[in-house]
Amino acid sequence: MIFCLDMVALLDIDICGPSVPKMMGLEGEQYVEENLGVMSVGFLLSSPDDAVIWRGPKKNGLIKQFLRDVDWGEIDYLIVDTPPGTSDEHLSIVQYLSATHIDGAVIVTTPQEISLQDVRKEINFCHKVKLPIIGVVENMSGFVCPKCKNESQIFPPTTGGAEKMCQNLNVSLLGKVPLDPQIGKSCDSGQSFLSEAPESPAALSYRSIIQSVKINILPLHNCLLHMSNCVNMAPGFCFLLFDPKPQD
Amino acid sequence: MEGMGGERNTNLLGVRHILLVLSGKGGVGKSTICTELALALRHRGHRVGILDVDLCGPSIPRMLRVQDRAVHQCDSGWVPVFVGQDRGIALMSIGFLLERPDDAVVWRGPKKNALIKQFVTDVAWGDLDFLIVDTPPGTSDEHISTVEALRHYKLLGAILVTTPQAVSVGDVRRELTFCKKTGLRVLGIVENMSSFVCPHCSGSGIRDSLLFFLLQECTNIFSKGGGEELAKHAGVPFLGCVPLDPQLSQSLEEGRDFIQEFPKSSAFPALAHITQQILDTSQQSS
Repeated sequence: MIFCLDMVALLDIDICGPSVPKMMGLEGEQYVEENLGVMSVGFLLSSPDDAVIWRGPKKNGLIKQFLRDVDWGEIDYLIVDTPPGTSDEHLSIVQYLSATHIDGAVIVTTPQEISLQDVRKEINFCHKVKLPIIGVVENMSGFVCPKCKNESQIFPPTTGGAEKMCQNLNVSLLGKVPLDPQIGKSCDSGQSFLSEAPESPAALSYRSIIQSVKINILPLHNCLLHMSNCVNMAPGFCFLLFDPKPQD
Repeated sequence: MEGMGGERNTNLLGVRHILLVLSGKGGVGKSTICTELALALRHRGHRVGILDVDLCGPSIPRMLRVQDRAVHQCDSGWVPVFVGQDRGIALMSIGFLLERPDDAVVWRGPKKNALIKQFVTDVAWGDLDFLIVDTPPGTSDEHISTVEALRHYKLLGAILVTTPQAVSVGDVRRELTFCKKTGLRVLGIVENMSSFVCPHCSGSGIRDSLLFFLLQECTNIFSKGGGEELAKHAGVPFLGCVPLDPQLSQSLEEGRDFIQEFPKSSAFPALAHITQQILDTSQQSS
């Protein structure tokens, strides 16, 4: 796949709700494939019921440790998955990485105004901390019934969806990913959706998004922040999944 | 921790039951459940308040179409915004305090905690039957501070919202642990976005609430049943499955009263059932 020849690392800084280990199908290991490393607080908990009931300073301490003490090795891309909001985790990761170079943020939304209003805040956050915005991904846009193949708008874009917002705010729209029941299932079982359903409309969309992200950032640079606001759900994350079969 | 709760403020003494709505994940529908529960309780004749402590992403003002309103001061503190023709729902949210609606609240924990404390002590709620508290995702500053501040009032318990996927259910397991550790009673789990009835393949003639719902083959966009299974496993009540319903999302977008306008839609019976169980629990405990 597109990221296949690159070394990629994924850092999950959603301290209270780490989803990455489950989606990657990882149990206590930190390498999915030879060229993909993952770090998350999920690996440090002794049971799936363990809650991380921490206030800001403690969360910031762990993020610092993740950046300083994890042996990331030589990587081409570091992708950071953040929790919803514009608070401690977001400020800290930007602050701690300010000495290196952050290529920018990918912002995830759903089509409704209720979600877009949070995303505008996220965009303002990026402006405030001078974080470049690579673009916006609209997730869950439309649902195609597997039986009758008709499309329904489950989350209606009443104010024009991400497209209109991007035009108004002058940020690029990286793509739209339709709701596909298979995405959630793949995430739950830790499979790569892109290799399970490579020809589906959602997979095509993910691939074109990855392509746009790669064109947008120079390959020399190595850090990509993945932010989402209110909608930090399973499918939103998946476009960062890559085909686990390395190409020879 | 204990010293702080000692100073009981009079503003919350007229509130009979306080409910928290929690979830580990973002975007699972906490604010939706809050809003619809408030409307449903209101239609049953109860006095309802909503406190929105999601400081970085307040959604309730828009869902109730009051995003342009402002809070005022009175002798006993902030006057909440009253919603609806009968002004029957009182709402307090950071959304009313921002200069521009798109302003980001870029605050670290201590500042968020200070505002939450102020929300708890300084809002003149008056007499309420229910105060519903909408929280951000997670188990961090906002949650610890809210539970600490409300501990000495009539805190009925928490409703946990999940979607059916394992990833979301996993976060609710952590939320259950949070409730256990903070001594918060779990009123039950709600599974939101449970299934979806495709309006194109379903016969439009029998759109008759529950019957219709049972007759349809629902498409499970996200896998189904995770919430119920978890409730069984954890020994807490399961309050119900709310299906994905375009009429519900549309109502929330436009700030319309779903409970009043769409009694025949697929999400309605589920929401009514959840409301009834909350009422039953509150009656038992008062």
